[in-house]
Amino acid sequence: MAAEIRRKTPEEYLRECEAEERAAAAACKGHLKIFLGYASGVGKSFRMLDEARRRRERGQDVVVGAMQPQVPAEVEPLLRNLEVIPLKAAGEGTAIDVDALIRRHPSVCIIDGLAYNNPPGLRNPTRWQDVQDLLEAGIQVIASINIQYVAELREQVEAIAGKHVDQTVPLSFIQSADEIEIVDAPAEEPMGRSPDEQVQIQKRQEQLSKLRELALVVTADIVDHQLSDYLERHGLKQHFGAHERILVCVTPRANIQEMMEIAQVVAQRFHGELIVAYVKQANISPADQSALDVRLAIANASGVHVEILEGADPADTLLQFARSRGITQLFVGHSQRTGLARLKGSPLDKLIWEGHGMDVCVFPQ
Amino acid sequence: MTEQQRGKLKIFMGYAAGVGKTYKMLEEAQALKASGADIVIGYFEPHARKETIAKTEGLEVIPRKRVQYRDSFFEEMNTEAILARRPHVAVVDEFPHTNVPGSEHSKRWEDVEVLLTAGIDVLTTMNVQHLESLNDQVWQISGVRVRETIPDWVVQRADEVVMVDLTPRALLNRLQRGVVYEREKAERALQNFFREQTLVALRELALRQAAHEVEHRMADEERRLASSEDTLALPRKHHKILALITANPKTAMVIRRAKRVSDFLGAECFAVVVQPTGDLSGLTASERETIERHLNFARNLHIETRILEGDDVAATLVDFGRRNEVTQIFLTRPSRKAWSPALSRDPAQKVIDLAKDMLIVIVSDREPIAR
Repeated sequence: MAAEIRRKTPEEYLRECEAEERAAAAACKGHLKIFLGYASGVGKSFRMLDEARRRRERGQDVVVGAMQPQVPAEVEPLLRNLEVIPLKAAGEGTAIDVDALIRRHPSVCIIDGLAYNNPPGLRNPTRWQDVQDLLEAGIQVIASINIQYVAELREQVEAIAGKHVDQTVPLSFIQSADEIEIVDAPAEEPMGRSPDEQVQIQKRQEQLSKLRELALVVTADIVDHQLSDYLERHGLKQHFGAHERILVCVTPRANIQEMMEIAQVVAQRFHGELIVAYVKQANISPADQSALDVRLAIANASGVHVEILEGADPADTLLQFARSRGITQLFVGHSQRTGLARLKGSPLDKLIWEGHGMDVCVFPQ
Repeated sequence: MTEQQRGKLKIFMGYAAGVGKTYKMLEEAQALKASGADIVIGYFEPHARKETIAKTEGLEVIPRKRVQYRDSFFEEMNTEAILARRPHVAVVDEFPHTNVPGSEHSKRWEDVEVLLTAGIDVLTTMNVQHLESLNDQVWQISGVRVRETIPDWVVQRADEVVMVDLTPRALLNRLQRGVVYEREKAERALQNFFREQTLVALRELALRQAAHEVEHRMADEERRLASSEDTLALPRKHHKILALITANPKTAMVIRRAKRVSDFLGAECFAVVVQPTGDLSGLTASERETIERHLNFARNLHIETRILEGDDVAATLVDFGRRNEVTQIFLTRPSRKAWSPALSRDPAQKVIDLAKDMLIVIVSDREPIAR
């Protein structure tokens, strides 16, 4: 798709202004970088401290504000060369020493493990809120977290791993990070000896693989947001097709059941986004209207949001909407074409001719 | 002769030069060596990166082979020497590399295949943009037509694919500091491939691909367990995808897309040519050459191909589809000019009219974004 030069809509202006405001607010705030992993032992601490070492070698003032209680052997030599501000004891537990860190005011602070609840009586109930205070104070933070501890993913993780966690960080905080990097490694476990052990290990492997996939997809989604943000900030109106986006078009005679079924499978397999839309038509017969209503009800029942579009030309309206949403696959029904209408070209023909940048999938009716 | 146990392949996948694939691979090589594995460097591209070169310290290097082509000498991996040395593990940088003409294999991944067949484990590196089925999407994102591609099945056969991640911002910083390339080359790179929005989009592509690779391996494992326990496989609507091969140059896009969708859906994929004679004899030399190239391209991607006999392309295609329980037909997008209902030479319209029981996918041209 070409980067179009055209008049912006008021919504686009508004979004751009908001993006600029966010950028301005972020300028005086510390920069947040998060290392995301899917399990302990994938090497987050090492990656983080290795980055701390490199930054220090480049002359940045780096301190460690929190480390995991047990440090892997390869991390120790890295840690020895860095200044550590120890956790402070509070009642039964410990928390990062926000006051000491703000007084020391390094340029970069390392926080290994974001998902901790603080003991009662401190300035914040959780560690991620402490980190927010550091950022507000203009300190850059590099932090790590496991996918298990993202609040919104808790149910999914519980279903996979059967493990309940109660110390979580909201997804919005992770999305607010300026940079997020995934620490990936294959799910490897030692070979067990007895058949029982083998079954256990296989189960565990499968759980880890599912968590790994989840971590990769969550990161991809965050990156996708960053991409739209970037494009908006720079006033670029374009789409890339790195993320599969499927648009199902509802018409009175569409075989909506099958379209939705396949669309959902495709969306799930590609970890894509699914959107349903229909173009409002002025002179629709009562029979078509009720057929349409039935189909819209089916689409609604699948839990997917249905967009209602308005425009003089149905094909143009759909294409314009599809472009604005970066659609990569357009699902439409066969049109009922007869003699004269066919010579002029049906809306379907128009979609096929002009649907640049997206596959047009024509469904049986 | 007993069959040699195939070596394991591990791919470190990134989205651009400089994200740290080789570094990460060498780190693993060092860890393997420390745990007692017999490991050698089969091929390593230093790119004058200090930190990366330091990671090769203490690892045995198999010297490269000098190959003459025309008036120049080139250095390639010495596959025979690695085979003769017979280590447990070989480190082979730049999986998608094309060997100099006259080499025994034209692609490095074919050399790696030889090592794996001989039972040697291989660690290697690649960027997501070298995956064949993503070629058009990568073109669309970056405006770069990647020439060195790897068929998807080669990557699918790997035992492990690991994502090597780095944020585009950190990568751009590295580039500006001259860590990745020397300064002049870095400035050129910054203007082309290394635009921030291109990097962000490629990174997203790599993350999604890595997620797919994890899922693919999990599904394989499930199937293996299911068949060993002799239980019924999960009930799932079975898809069969058919792609039409013509002399239209956009056929390559159709083949790539059909393959990608069938891989993601776990579907079978065929590609056919329709000719009145049932072979390619009735064509002009240039048409025949193009179609043969498309057929070879499909076969290289492990798509089953066939030449069907029929005067009417659309009718023959749809009939073949019905007899083989095809659920989706993939076609190139007709141009508006070719879309005259009466005179159309493009079969798309007729296929849509005839195959009202199948899903017809008109594959888009994924053209690069104008700048």
